[in-house]
Amino acid sequence: MPMDPIDIIEGRVAVLDRSDVDTDQIIPKQFLKRVERTGFGEFLFYDWFRSGEIELEAHPILVTGRNFGSGSSREHAVWALKDYGYDAVIAPSFSDIFFTNCTKNGLLPVVLDEERCRAVAGAGEARIDLDDQTVNCAEGVFRFEIDEDIKHRLINGLDDVAMTLERGEKIDEFESAGRADHGPITTSL
Amino acid sequence: MAKSLFEKIWEAHEVDRDLIYIDLHLVHEVTSPQAFDGLRLGDRKVRRPDKTLATADHNVPTDGTPTANLIADELSRVQVEALERNCDEFGIPVYSLGSERRGIVHVIGPELGVTQPGMTIVCGDSHTSTHGAFGALAFGIGTSEVEHVLATQCLVQRRPKSMRIDYAGELGFGVTAKDLILATIGRLGVGGMQGYAVEYAGEAIRALSMENRMTICNMTIEAGGRAGMVAPDETTFEYVKGRPGAPADFDAAVERWGQLPSDDGASFDTEVEVDATAISPMVTWGTTPGMVVQVTDQVPDPNAMDSPADRDHAKRALAYMDLRPGTPMTDIPLDRIFIGSCTNSRISDLREAAGLLDGRKIASSLRGMVVPGSQQVKTQAEEEGLHEVFQSAGFEWRESGCSACLGMNPDILQPGERCASTSNRNFEGRQGAGGRTHLVSPKMAAAAAVEGRFVDIREWS
Repeated sequence: MPMDPIDIIEGRVAVLDRSDVDTDQIIPKQFLKRVERTGFGEFLFYDWFRSGEIELEAHPILVTGRNFGSGSSREHAVWALKDYGYDAVIAPSFSDIFFTNCTKNGLLPVVLDEERCRAVAGAGEARIDLDDQTVNCAEGVFRFEIDEDIKHRLINGLDDVAMTLERGEKIDEFESAGRADHGPITTSL
Repeated sequence: MAKSLFEKIWEAHEVDRDLIYIDLHLVHEVTSPQAFDGLRLGDRKVRRPDKTLATADHNVPTDGTPTANLIADELSRVQVEALERNCDEFGIPVYSLGSERRGIVHVIGPELGVTQPGMTIVCGDSHTSTHGAFGALAFGIGTSEVEHVLATQCLVQRRPKSMRIDYAGELGFGVTAKDLILATIGRLGVGGMQGYAVEYAGEAIRALSMENRMTICNMTIEAGGRAGMVAPDETTFEYVKGRPGAPADFDAAVERWGQLPSDDGASFDTEVEVDATAISPMVTWGTTPGMVVQVTDQVPDPNAMDSPADRDHAKRALAYMDLRPGTPMTDIPLDRIFIGSCTNSRISDLREAAGLLDGRKIASSLRGMVVPGSQQVKTQAEEEGLHEVFQSAGFEWRESGCSACLGMNPDILQPGERCASTSNRNFEGRQGAGGRTHLVSPKMAAAAAVEGRFVDIREWS
């Protein structure tokens, strides 16, 4: 799916001071039954919000602990965060699948070390410049690393599928060279 | 140059820079509807329906409901119906309710013989790592990637780092593959394999059955690993042989598969050594699979932990689990037992549990549930009479599905209920809001069912 291009994300920062937050917490399973991509925001952190355990403002930026988005591959977690209002999540580390899911939906995952995450959280406001790869806040300007291809796609809001289809000849070549022939044929089981 | 199993598979599937070809795409009802919608919006086709296979598992009731029309929960029913309609529209084979081949997606792939060495396999489910047990490169993907694979049969992917974990020696009496992987996650941490494709190697791994290797690879994701794999060997070939999806020229395939194991001198970004003989039966105490101790241990004291983040997380976990530091794990009383999930619901898991239950009764205070991983596992177990063992012991014998592993179906824990579960995740609310999950092996679950609390299986008779 094409995404909204990301340039600058700035504004207030919501802080979830927890590590290893799994996608079951971000969006519990009872809300995975919807067959659309929309409308998940109201169920974000459902049990934690409902019990009053945490409160989070729908600011543009969420700062949280290490290994954010662990567990289930449910992309619904990203849809929920985005729908609730976040445009970027800053954490010391993300689970691999969650990170990828973010980049397919225009939710910017930013990796900063724990100390810098705390600094951004403390500052309360920040400005993320994706092109520059910096997070600018009252506590300083922090550079972050991001894969060049991912950055290119996010800045231009590119549709992954369309981009790969443009490389269709390469896929045709792979198949016609017999390199895809070894696997089972599911349609003739 | 010496190459690892991972490198061989990766290189054989590189279509272009950071683009790898997918040999098998498994699809289930929860993470696919939006992907099919995306295809329709973009007026795109499924490139290779013949390399795609679907089943309904997450939403499926396990109480014997015969067809999707009878799923009482409307949203669940809509999702399963959407899967059936989408597969019909795009020409994808689907094993939905009523099919003898239906089951948990990670159980039916191997069972049908479509999971084979050297393949790349993806599915919109984090436990896709299971298939790596065959010496395949298998990983979970999100819905956008499901759409991408449907449309292109490829995945945009940066090459992950590589890790080898070498398990020296053999597992002791009563110690299982589940204990091995729980102990490994406990040691490396829930983010310890992040960014890695992990090869499980060594004497202890070689000695394991395919089912047990699947249990290990399955939980790779619980340490954050991208993929878990085991080099294919005679055990692997023997398992695949004769199954519906097995290659027609099986000898030629074995010849090819025999080239896959890591060469001597292959290099890995990280190497870990584990003494398999020192591993004990394990039980989780907290709300991540890394919060785990030996059954002979006590509930740990958060104040004794080094990092503030760990301390804070452990305190919250103990509050959620309603446990006190210092309590022996064997003193924790249980309300529920769940034997099932893509981690431990295969025939050997059921045999192990039934072997301990034969002639015994589960504690009267408990409710126990056995949910076979697939309809075929169920049929086989019934042919062996295992269902009678479970039923006479007081267990419910159910239809196949994901069931109480994630509670997207009616099989859920009630708030406050404490469950010994053979599944893979003890996250807050995973098995039902307010439910408390302790992850264990099928043997440990069976023994706990009889005693109503955890026991050290090595000393229990």
